[in-house]
Amino acid sequence: MDEHRTSGPGGDAIPDIIEATALKKTFGNVTAVSGISFAVKKGEVFGFLGPNGAGKTSTMKIIACVSPRTSGSLRVFGLDPDISPAEIKQRLGVVPQETNLDPDFTCYGNLFTYSRYFDMPPDVAHKKAEELLKFVQLEEKRDVTVEKLSGGMKRRLILARALVNNPDLLILDEPTIGLDPQARHLIWERLKLLQAQGNTIVLTTHYLDEAARLCDRLVIMDNGIILVEGSPAELVKEYVGTEIVEVNKSEEVLTCLQRENIPFEIIGDTIQVATESSREVARILFDNCTPHNVMTRPATLEDVFLKLAGRKLRE
Amino acid sequence: MQQFWSVPRITRRAWKVWHRNLVVFFRTWKVNFFPPLIEAFLYLFAIGLGIGSYVKEISGIPYVNFIAPAILAISVMNSAFFECTYGSYVRMYYQKSFDAMIATPLSIEDVIAGELLWGATRSMLYVIIMLPVLGVFGVISLPLSLLAIPLAFLGGLMFAGIAMCFTAITPSIDTLNYPSFLLITPMALFSGTFFPITLMPILFQYIALALLPLTHLVAIMRMLTLPALSGILVLHLIWILIVTAIFCIISINLMRRRLII
Repeated sequence: MDEHRTSGPGGDAIPDIIEATALKKTFGNVTAVSGISFAVKKGEVFGFLGPNGAGKTSTMKIIACVSPRTSGSLRVFGLDPDISPAEIKQRLGVVPQETNLDPDFTCYGNLFTYSRYFDMPPDVAHKKAEELLKFVQLEEKRDVTVEKLSGGMKRRLILARALVNNPDLLILDEPTIGLDPQARHLIWERLKLLQAQGNTIVLTTHYLDEAARLCDRLVIMDNGIILVEGSPAELVKEYVGTEIVEVNKSEEVLTCLQRENIPFEIIGDTIQVATESSREVARILFDNCTPHNVMTRPATLEDVFLKLAGRKLRE
Repeated sequence: MQQFWSVPRITRRAWKVWHRNLVVFFRTWKVNFFPPLIEAFLYLFAIGLGIGSYVKEISGIPYVNFIAPAILAISVMNSAFFECTYGSYVRMYYQKSFDAMIATPLSIEDVIAGELLWGATRSMLYVIIMLPVLGVFGVISLPLSLLAIPLAFLGGLMFAGIAMCFTAITPSIDTLNYPSFLLITPMALFSGTFFPITLMPILFQYIALALLPLTHLVAIMRMLTLPALSGILVLHLIWILIVTAIFCIISINLMRRRLII
């Protein structure tokens, strides 16, 4: 066994699967990743959230040893991607953002051929391919060429392909992008299962419900830097509060909230109040402000995200 | 500049890429085996027997025997060149196959080396298919002509390397038409294929010898099939080996520069 995968007899801490310090990536004079540091522990699901262009995919590519870092230090399984890419990649499973299945092969053929790139013996590769087709519920499509698959099926097959080598670390770049709810739920369920089996998973997403559902810990990135890090619940509590009260915007309500000294935010024609007690805020509103359409809801990661990354559209 | 000349680190894994292409080739063997077969017949009838009935012979050699090695050499050039331009470009750009492969222990150097080896293998397979046709027509000498098979691999590797350089720098699939029409087509005509280069003005003869890879491949091929072995064969072979090494190395480095960012 590699030393970094087992804990020592004295109960030493298990070294991190990924350790990044001041990781930086520039393309010409554009900085994609601007000196980020993070650590991913064994067995956890770690998320990267951020708007388009935040540097998430660049970070994934650096970890996956397909794009060299510009500076900073990075260890994956305790190894340096610049020095031992093949050894690291042997133990990685990657679900890329772009679907890059091999159109010259069937579903089975894709898995089998891919296994061979990992030096798996043909009989093992065959067994694994059959097993994984079952795992992602594509047994019936076994002999169908990938061009005939729906978007959801393709993503499932890519997930299966990322698992052919029993990876110690799974890297998922927008795993459920463009999928219908059924397909997303199936993928989530499978990822949960993999997590339960002790797999370490790193994923990027801009679906915040996905992040909240799957991630043990996550970072929110923007403009190449990490804005915050924590568990989804911690982040919501720290940055927004537990609940949100929404009310239609009107002069009356505005002046009223200001008078009551309640902080709020205006979004379009809605006023949002983040609070620990929606009941209290709602009571004040109803008693003093004659509000319209008051709605209370739990605060979500989306509120944190919008608060930190702003509401401006990204290209 | 130095980055283009550094010798890339290639591992045995390159053969995995080669094997993937081989599997696809044999799975669609019907479409892949016919072109060389048909091509051999077409050239033999149209040029060998058609034009040959007027030309009769070139320096004492029956015309159809004169062009038989050219048919093989042109096929070597075309199959490797088109495989490693259009074929590789489609796999790289449209199918994103290279991206998928380098997420495994394969490196980009392995992937491109595998593609080059495959281009060479395809040339060799085409020659293997064409040889029996030419043999049946009795226009090549046997068994010496069987050496055309390993020669096809080497020649194929040379054209694969040249092709991959274009693939590495082409902005789109359309611009690959330029090397096809400006390089491959003229080469097929002016490399001592259908008439001896000595018929051309002396300047063009030098250009053909110095710059056209096909000239050297045709020359060796002809020495094997006539047969008419001579010591000059070694010079042609050295020319091909050097050019092959140069272009294969540069193509891998160019591809690395294109794909690893």
